[in-house]
Amino acid sequence: MAPKVPPQPSLEQSSTATAAGHGLAHAAPPKGILRWLLTTNHKEIGSLYLIFSLIMFFIGGIFALVVRAELYQPGMQLIQPEFFNQMTTMHGLIMVFAAVMPAFTGLANWMIPLQIGAPDMALPRLNNFSFWLLPVAFILLLSTLFMPGGGPNFGWTFYAPLSTTYAPPSTTIFILSLHIAGISSILGAINIIATILNMRAPGMRMMDMPLFVWTWLITSFLLIAVMPVLAGVITMMLMDINFGTSFFDAAGGGDPVLFQHLFWFFGHPEVYIMILPAFGIVSAIIPTFARKPLFGYASMVYATASIAILSFLVWAHHMFVVGLPLAATLFFMYTTMLIAVPTGVKVFNWITTLFRGSISFEPPMLFALAFVVLFTIGGFSGLMLAIAPADFQYHDTYFVVAHFHYVLVPGAVFAIMAGVYYWLPKWTGHYPHERLAQWHFWLSVIGVNLTFFPMHFSGLAGMPRRIPDYALQFADFNLVSSLGAFLFGFSQLLFVAVVILCVRGGRKAPAQAWDYAEDLEWTVPSPAPLHTFETPPTYQRPAH
Amino acid sequence: MRTLLVWLAGALSLAGSSQAALASGWNMPVGVTDLSREIYNLHMTIFWICVVIGVIVFAVMFYSLIRYRHAKGAKAANFHENTTVEVIWTAIPLLILVGMAVPATATLKKMYDTSDAELDVMVTGQQWRWHYEYLGEDVAFTSNMSTPRAQIRGDEPFGENYLLEVDQPLVLPINRKVRFLFTADDVIHAWWVPDFAVKQDTIPGFINENWVRINEPGIYRGQCAELCGRDHAFMPIVVHAMEEDDFDTWLAERKEAAAEEALGVEREWQKEELMERGEAVYASICASCHQPDGEGSPPAFPALAGNQRMLEDREWHTNVIIDGVSGTAMPAFRSTLNPVELAAVVTYTRNAWGNDTGSEVQPSTIAQRLGQ
Repeated sequence: MAPKVPPQPSLEQSSTATAAGHGLAHAAPPKGILRWLLTTNHKEIGSLYLIFSLIMFFIGGIFALVVRAELYQPGMQLIQPEFFNQMTTMHGLIMVFAAVMPAFTGLANWMIPLQIGAPDMALPRLNNFSFWLLPVAFILLLSTLFMPGGGPNFGWTFYAPLSTTYAPPSTTIFILSLHIAGISSILGAINIIATILNMRAPGMRMMDMPLFVWTWLITSFLLIAVMPVLAGVITMMLMDINFGTSFFDAAGGGDPVLFQHLFWFFGHPEVYIMILPAFGIVSAIIPTFARKPLFGYASMVYATASIAILSFLVWAHHMFVVGLPLAATLFFMYTTMLIAVPTGVKVFNWITTLFRGSISFEPPMLFALAFVVLFTIGGFSGLMLAIAPADFQYHDTYFVVAHFHYVLVPGAVFAIMAGVYYWLPKWTGHYPHERLAQWHFWLSVIGVNLTFFPMHFSGLAGMPRRIPDYALQFADFNLVSSLGAFLFGFSQLLFVAVVILCVRGGRKAPAQAWDYAEDLEWTVPSPAPLHTFETPPTYQRPAH
Repeated sequence: MRTLLVWLAGALSLAGSSQAALASGWNMPVGVTDLSREIYNLHMTIFWICVVIGVIVFAVMFYSLIRYRHAKGAKAANFHENTTVEVIWTAIPLLILVGMAVPATATLKKMYDTSDAELDVMVTGQQWRWHYEYLGEDVAFTSNMSTPRAQIRGDEPFGENYLLEVDQPLVLPINRKVRFLFTADDVIHAWWVPDFAVKQDTIPGFINENWVRINEPGIYRGQCAELCGRDHAFMPIVVHAMEEDDFDTWLAERKEAAAEEALGVEREWQKEELMERGEAVYASICASCHQPDGEGSPPAFPALAGNQRMLEDREWHTNVIIDGVSGTAMPAFRSTLNPVELAAVVTYTRNAWGNDTGSEVQPSTIAQRLGQ
């Protein structure tokens, strides 16, 4: 590595003189683009993650709108089926790996050190590296759209042999980009675990940690456990495509079903990776605006851990129609149904927290409440999908699309937005614009339900997923879904407006921006200075 | 903003009142087999359980949101733990789940029981069509979507069964247990007919089983359910379920026709005959990838028109069609097409679209090649 990266102490000292305002012991950061390329500060890296994920959210959203525009009415009007398949695939890949996951990592970067009273992440340079891998990975991935044969067109689940023998030439680049994104996730997870286990404020036990910290700790272990499995399966694809192996090619004695087992052994924990931190955010927001402590803190921790453990035992419920033996189908049906128990416990705890509280409806609370209702609806359809005999009818239809969008959009995405509205005062020193945020919330709620609720019906009525054109009886549901999608998509511009306005100005927020908020982040000034908790705070257990 | 809402409301009411909405279902079809009815009932049972739980949970939630508003001066209580409550709301859902699992298990066992079938049908998924073979009956055929591309492009009005119609439907008898054996030649497909509650992946190198006993004669439609490439949306399934006598007559006719076709292997064919037959085979099998004009869509699907290697090496050309090309999208057609069809399509592709080799291949030559 070049000796001047990161800056040498002498450089830092020479620039200290111009660095009035920030902590005395710290130098001013380099100016311009270098500042962001070289930063090791958890707040700056957190912001980078969040901005990156917001950009990717819009790119993935544009892909979704291309899909919805084509599906607005029967017949092929705008694009060709090949391109449609690239759009559904890219939409899924970008939203999962480049929007939702980095958004949670960004929130983790910003908030975990603040919530546990640590000065920064345990491994700041690694932190910088794990972020900067992401733009590399996803510029590579997006560039495949311009390559001969087009980008990935086999769905975000990239089942072999469609993704190997029958895939476009750009698939090798797709594999490379997923490897890079995977390394980024693993490094990020290691960093978060090291931070949480080693850098808590004196006196803060594990069972004192805010639930956002707890859920991220558990999520990090899931990431470390399953990302290597993803790396393994895409490496096997790489070998099949370029080096003549036959892991997934039946003609060479390979096994296409093995691909699915490996993929979903990664894939199912992956969906919990995208929802557990959301549980943590909602568990912070609901008590704050109900002005009442979270009900059942310990059971929340145990429920999160149970969900994480169970997530390793349910993967084949994505594969009920591949021809599993009866015993396997029964096993995976039972384990999947079991997940409803800890998930139910969480919902009951949130609602009991509301019960006899003193509730107000600021924007973060609105999003958190919508999360509880709409995530629960996604949970119900999940329970229905777990029932294997019925799943033979639901599988690979729009009912599944409705289900996972309910848990991912008004689930994970709403939780992220709730978190952003909740912590914006801490990040910027200003409250978000109340009216605009309300508009954003209500248009999003209406848009999301218009888009995804009719998909339950089109799926039950028999519409398969991932088709660019459909039979006439599905026309009405698709029309409503497309209108809803455009409403939801364009409403997100309001979100960008609120964030930009909030960065530039607005009503000043005190350190304790929300009256009842309890965690350590509310003890530092708003906006949080670049360096916080340089001397560890002494953790005070709440009185209740 | 108001105009947007008005526009939206207009679109919604339009959707609600149109003809198609009345014809289409909002729910899973009950179907025409005992098992599909059982699965429908299971689906509705779980649905109503979810509705009841949802109503209770959301009622408590919205009661709290309205009753304990800060704006109305609500004072927060301070309770935050109760082990008894936690145990209760862990145990009750567990019991409900056991209640759901019992009937689900019973239904699943029936679905897996493929024994004592009276008819075996091999279903092979191919990009992008279905191949059906009545095992032990020497009857086999390919079923392609028959919706014209002009309808899809919007040049013609939609037909009644847009995208859900085929040239040759699968014909099945009612009241007999039919066992399906599923496999695929290229990528994974999934054969799904909602009215039978049968959905099964067809996987290259695997044979999956499922079964059906249809209660009512009729025409039942379905689609491929697993993403299988470009024309995934365009490989529908149509099943014509007949009275048992009608089915036996149909099967006997098809057997006779198949036997006649087998005789055709022995005789010498005229080039014009081969070209005519070859054009039909090409249109139904090859054109989806190599395009009707033989231009292909490189790099995945090479052009056949003016393809030098193919034109110079008839042996290689024939072998590619019979054995496929390992590691590419070109499947082997040795078991899907009979010697007459293979000879015809080789001859056709060597002489169509300006390919002017003038050479032909006789079915007897192909039969010899296959016999080796």
